[in-house]
Amino acid sequence: MQISFTLNGRPTNLDVEPATLVAELLREQLHLTGTHIGCDTSQCGACVVHLNGLPVKSCTLLAPALDGATLLTIEGLTGAPGSNQMHPMQEAFREHHGLQCGFCTPGMLMTAVALATEKPDLTEADVRHGLEGNICRCTGYQNIVISVMAGAAAMHDAKGE
Amino acid sequence: MKPFAYHQPDQIPDAAKLLTSIEDSKLVAGGMTLIPTLKQRLASPAALVDLSKLGSLKGITDDEATITIGAMTPHAVVAASKLVQTKIPGLAALASMIGDPAVRSRGTIGGSVANNDPAADYPAGVLGLGATIVTSKREIAADKFFLGLFETALELGEIITAIRFPVPVKAGYAKFKAPASRYALVGVFVAQFADGVRVAVTGAGPGVFRVPPMEAALSGHFDPPAIAAIKIDTDGLTSDIHAEADYRAHLVTVMAKRAVEAALS
Repeated sequence: MQISFTLNGRPTNLDVEPATLVAELLREQLHLTGTHIGCDTSQCGACVVHLNGLPVKSCTLLAPALDGATLLTIEGLTGAPGSNQMHPMQEAFREHHGLQCGFCTPGMLMTAVALATEKPDLTEADVRHGLEGNICRCTGYQNIVISVMAGAAAMHDAKGE
Repeated sequence: MKPFAYHQPDQIPDAAKLLTSIEDSKLVAGGMTLIPTLKQRLASPAALVDLSKLGSLKGITDDEATITIGAMTPHAVVAASKLVQTKIPGLAALASMIGDPAVRSRGTIGGSVANNDPAADYPAGVLGLGATIVTSKREIAADKFFLGLFETALELGEIITAIRFPVPVKAGYAKFKAPASRYALVGVFVAQFADGVRVAVTGAGPGVFRVPPMEAALSGHFDPPAIAAIKIDTDGLTSDIHAEADYRAHLVTVMAKRAVEAALS
């Protein structure tokens, strides 16, 4: 079936089999391999993308759901347009060592950006509750939580300027 | 996943017609249960009928004595709704405890209620509040809707369009989560109305159920000590790798007390 959607700001038209998962579509057909497939059972959150601005697990999303929608993947997460900078949340993860192996990081970032966008004044409890669906096997989460708090503050500052 | 045809009707009668005319077709709402089921090949329907283009199934309306939530309203929207937070805060709290943020973006109230997973949260809220399930054909009282393990009163081709909740005096929900799945090992919803109290339990048995002795006790005194001594019979409760029946029975009383505390806070 034909689907039309906006992918990282670009209008996209595709012919897809309905029984295609968005995670597969992104990685196999569109070669956007930043979205990772960890557990493939909607537990780990490595595959989180934004569908119409909301975090969703792309391993548990059928391609037809994209029709008419706006999709943002980790490849579309950038700093100020034209600046060639990383997104403030990505900068915060680098600054505060919010990753070790990096496998879960794309999903962590997408969930973190959605959290910070939804609630500007995040508490540590909000962050820990909000990251419930993202699993990291390296860090013990401490630095991820620190990074998300710092990234959320930086996103808020950037918006205020 | 095995291949399937995909339909996105924009009218409820068209959706109902597709369901009855295509053998082995299934409805898909948010897909949070169905898609994993398809991936594991536990189901391989010939066609999916997607309800997402039916705009009339989304949204929350205030009818004074009741709140009506469209079947395709996602959990995140119910959790964040000022209207639900004001009129039935226990229901908003329940929605905020389902799964994780990504699941709450997609999962819908209608899908959860129609699926009737024995450990899902919404069935406890729907039965606990004595809500009405509005379908494409009729209205069904919650007490007559949930028929046990994944079974409901829905007929072939019948589609839930909304759930109508009476506004209680007070209501609260407490659950003990299975840590990996975040489903309720035991979840208890308590609602106080002018004419009595309702207590509904999910996760403990093969389907959501009420606890009349707790309802009677709480109708007298709506506070946690009123039910502290009430024990639940382990007969018919679930025993599995997550918990034995006697542990679940114990948790029902603990969660019921916490639900009353939440309702009073």
